[in-house]
Amino acid sequence: MKYGLLINEGPYQHQAVDSAYQFAKAAIAKGHEVFRVFFYHDGVNAATDFAVPPQDDRNITQQWVKLAEENNIDMVVCIAAAQRRGILDVNEAERQGKRGDNIAPVFRISGLGQLVEAGIECDRLLTFGD
Amino acid sequence: MAEPWEDEVEGPVKKFMFVNRKAPYGTIYALESLEVVLITAAFDQDVSLVFSDDGVYQIKKGQVTDGIGMKNFSPTYRALEGYDVEKLYVDKESLDERGLTEDDLLVDVEVLSRAELGKLMDEQDTIMSF
Repeated sequence: MKYGLLINEGPYQHQAVDSAYQFAKAAIAKGHEVFRVFFYHDGVNAATDFAVPPQDDRNITQQWVKLAEENNIDMVVCIAAAQRRGILDVNEAERQGKRGDNIAPVFRISGLGQLVEAGIECDRLLTFGD
Repeated sequence: MAEPWEDEVEGPVKKFMFVNRKAPYGTIYALESLEVVLITAAFDQDVSLVFSDDGVYQIKKGQVTDGIGMKNFSPTYRALEGYDVEKLYVDKESLDERGLTEDDLLVDVEVLSRAELGKLMDEQDTIMSF
């Protein structure tokens, strides 16, 4: 089956990002496809390359980077939600006149149209959040 | 009159339902949900909205937000019609629990019981809950 995932809650604060990750891993292991993960609301914070969790804790962003790279998952961060919360790629940082960019590799910033497209293209779109 | 570009080949149309469960202020869910609704409508999908739990406050008349320093975005719900978003459903029990009636709402809605809403949800392709 072809899955799209929508993540609406922030990393570490809430389990949504972890649950989505575990779901994605399990689905892929069963031979399903994870077509796209869409990060919305505080979920966009999972895309920061600047988080430094304690050594004995999981690094949520790095977990996703690895899974996405190995399985060619399209990782999309909502631009409007990201801009509100200071998640910027190189182009956006430059365009907005900010000092630096912080988006981790494999994540890309795009619009909500990508979420709607996932809803149209996928057999199931699953929401992870409250 | 239909413009020539309006009757081009149509893409796939799926039934998208957005379930709004949170109060309009206090968290950003309602505002960011509305953004997804507008984009989904722009993709010419079959869009319906449900307001339940504290989500019924999103469409309550007479919102004044000056005191909390937030923008009052409730007029946007009245603009939905212009985007062909006309299927608005409200959970009757949620209204009753909060001492509200249809007259307190700023848009025309269809008030349904939870059982009826459940049936309607069954007919959807994609449900996003905010």
